[in-house]
Amino acid sequence: MKESEKENNMYSHDDVLECAAKWRQEGKQVAIATVVSTWGSSPRPVGSQLAIDIDGNMVGSVSGGCIEGAVVHDAKQVMADRNPKLIKFGVSDEMAWEVGLACGGEVEVYVEQVE
Amino acid sequence: MQSKILKELLSAREKKLSVALVSDLSTGRQALVYKDSVFGDLKLQEEMLNHARDNLIHDRSKRVDQIFIQSFNPPKRLIIIGAVHIAQPLIDIASTTGFSTMVIDPRGAFATSSRFPGIELSEEWPDEALKKLQIDNRTAIVTLTHDPKLDDPALQVALESDAFYIGSLGSKKTHAKRIDRLTEAGISTNKIEKIHGPIGLPIGAKTPAEIAISIMAQITQTLHKST
Repeated sequence: MKESEKENNMYSHDDVLECAAKWRQEGKQVAIATVVSTWGSSPRPVGSQLAIDIDGNMVGSVSGGCIEGAVVHDAKQVMADRNPKLIKFGVSDEMAWEVGLACGGEVEVYVEQVE
Repeated sequence: MQSKILKELLSAREKKLSVALVSDLSTGRQALVYKDSVFGDLKLQEEMLNHARDNLIHDRSKRVDQIFIQSFNPPKRLIIIGAVHIAQPLIDIASTTGFSTMVIDPRGAFATSSRFPGIELSEEWPDEALKKLQIDNRTAIVTLTHDPKLDDPALQVALESDAFYIGSLGSKKTHAKRIDRLTEAGISTNKIEKIHGPIGLPIGAKTPAEIAISIMAQITQTLHKST
């Protein structure tokens, strides 16, 4: 495997958990976000994952980039109170620009900290 | 997620085992469900265990009320017969798509590690090499040599396997001759029809990279049709 492919693979589904474990081993606080339900046209299927560390670094995806920012924000809260959280995202008028899904779909994301 | 669950999950994946992560979204408790064992704190009824295992077989992740089942299966596999030029971009695109790849070619000058750095290579005859592999319904097989001596024996083994995709490079004319040869070898028309030939979706591909895209597009299409 070429070096460039190795880097690319850092962002594939398979490496999200590896990366979470690596961050945890380095002593960082880590959260994992997983798409658990979708309605309508959502960009990433059920089971898609995003790992987030306490500094806001992320690997993987739970949407096409629409809600990752908001999920990182929630993840930090989950890491702080150590309580998993179920969050629903859809298009809302007020927030559409910031955290809405441009495709008009809805997703529910489960965010948990890695102990 | 408890770190012992994460560790167990990662080690299962390293061992290429199929496992379902079952989470209770209301309590955060989790269990890892294998084919014949369970690991973790979440207590599951027989019905839910069966449900998790069923989803695992179909490579699906699914939510049932407050329970979420996430399937982790070993990577899909692409076996390429013929270490030809097209194999190089095909390997790149396939690995980006999440396939592990291997190349079989008994012709010494082709399957070299300088042409295919870091890729699993076999210099055995294709039929012998294929017989040694566990070809399951997450495996795709493509023949790229155009050479009946190499392609035909590989196809004969592939057609008897559970591979979800079998494709063979060659023009319509080449493929018609291939069908004649396989029929003569006693393979049923039903089986022969499983071969995608000429290989790939018709996107007017010309260069090796474009042909690789058309092959990978067809493999993707077939994968999602069958699941």
